Amino acid sequence: MSALTMEKTTEEAATSAAKPVELVSPAAPAKPASENAEKFRAVLKAVIPPVFGLALLIGIWELISLKGGSIPNPAVTWKAAVALFSNPFYENGPNDLGIGWNILSSLKRVAVGFGFAAAVGIPLGFMLGRFRFMSSMVDPIISLLRPVSPLAWLPIGLLVFKKADPAATWTIFICSIWPMILNTAEGVRRVPQDYLNVARVLNLPEWQVVTKILFPAVLPYMLTGIRLSIGTAWLVIVAAEMLTGGVGIGFWVWDEWNNLKVEHIIIAIFVIGIVGLMLEQFLLFIAKRFTYETR
Amino acid sequence: MSKPLVKIEDVGQTFDTKNGKFVALRDINLDIREGEVVSLIGHSGCGKSTLMNLIAGLTLPTSGVLLCDGREIAGPGPERAVVFQNHSLLPWLTCFENVYLAVERVFGTKEGKPKLKLRTAAALEMVRMSHAMDKYPHEVSGGMKQRVGIARAFAMEPKILLMDEPFGALDALTRASLQDELMRVMSETGATVVMVTHDVDEAVLLSDRIVMMTNGPAATIGQVVDVDLAWPRDRLDLVEKPEFAKYRAAVVDFLHRKHLKKAA
Repeated sequence: MSALTMEKTTEEAATSAAKPVELVSPAAPAKPASENAEKFRAVLKAVIPPVFGLALLIGIWELISLKGGSIPNPAVTWKAAVALFSNPFYENGPNDLGIGWNILSSLKRVAVGFGFAAAVGIPLGFMLGRFRFMSSMVDPIISLLRPVSPLAWLPIGLLVFKKADPAATWTIFICSIWPMILNTAEGVRRVPQDYLNVARVLNLPEWQVVTKILFPAVLPYMLTGIRLSIGTAWLVIVAAEMLTGGVGIGFWVWDEWNNLKVEHIIIAIFVIGIVGLMLEQFLLFIAKRFTYETR
Repeated sequence: MSKPLVKIEDVGQTFDTKNGKFVALRDINLDIREGEVVSLIGHSGCGKSTLMNLIAGLTLPTSGVLLCDGREIAGPGPERAVVFQNHSLLPWLTCFENVYLAVERVFGTKEGKPKLKLRTAAALEMVRMSHAMDKYPHEVSGGMKQRVGIARAFAMEPKILLMDEPFGALDALTRASLQDELMRVMSETGATVVMVTHDVDEAVLLSDRIVMMTNGPAATIGQVVDVDLAWPRDRLDLVEKPEFAKYRAAVVDFLHRKHLKKAA
């Protein structure tokens, strides 16, 4: 502490040598302390508003539960959540599984549907971005189908696959594929002309144009598409599972509604939110790793 | 005088725009001989970059014909390497990999990997970038990026090297040191170079001939100055030479008296 103060004061002396009057300022030795206070204040500034917001939310919830009657208050819900998460992976017959299994099976459906969407959507996006004919051909179809709720496709999935589980995966596929195609195509169209000119001067073969220039240049756009897709997929899976049943967080919500365990429904809402947030943050992290500085 | 490497015959270039046809270039006739350095100079919008893109084959002329080594230029190719104004290094490859990509493309069918790597390293050595070859472009300065761009072009051992305002985006001091480097590399390799520039000193310092272009639209070659200064040139000596002042004056006179840009 004292060494630090010494350094500070000598530095101060050196910089203010031109103005000797200010050299004897009493504020100089107290500086490190005020710096710490500054840091502390910055942390407070970052933490206080979200905490305040959360407290407000819980306060409103408490008020509503006082008036409404049927909605459980935060304390009851918290106790139920502790009980629920103390054993998230219990198995009590095929229709009574822990919340952990339900979350995992929802995530698995999202992963499979999403994986198929990536496998189809990304190459398709590349072709749309690269060949004008393709994009003029397919764009109207995409514009027509994209606004349709993915749940409208659920019966088609049930019809084709004859089973509930692949049908739910199918709706995930449908809702994930549009952002994937459109963002990839947009990325391909936005590849800087300079890079393509390099490819032309070098006479690179098409496969090398794709691997060395298009793919790395498009990757950030593709990751944006993936992020949007995962977000929608996680929204849609809850609704799809409510309709198809089986195991899954959406089905679990519906089941708990039938059991009239409202506190579990509220817990599920938080769980869905937190999982969605984690998916988003994870993909943002990946996107940051693969974004190149162009300057 | 050696034989012409590039022949440009009655070339014109017209673009279709929203307001109808725009004539960018007309009646361009120019021979570029082997081993000479030619500068294209003119006010902005005079079509000097358009002409360079035509030689590169990045665009095709609407009239006339361009020949390189007796064959019509039908598209871009590695025998006409381009140094782009904004370096155009691929940001996801290191400096070494950027040069290697070009080397592999040109010599990959004939030579093995160790030889290709040697070529790449030699090219980077030539522009004094060996110390930074494993860095990514965003980790090095603007001047260093352009050095790598020049190394990439020279490493391809092109018949002709095309440079589109290679030092336009650099500060004056960096530009001067890169010009000196370029002169050294050109004299070591005996390269044929076409360079677009708007810097009079740069044109006189680096060129055997300066091709001065009239203002667009429908720009063409206004005048050609032969710069008869002995190689190697030294910028400090040249400043004191009366010939240098004379050539400089000729270019300035053309650009600022005869073809003053009206609304700059």
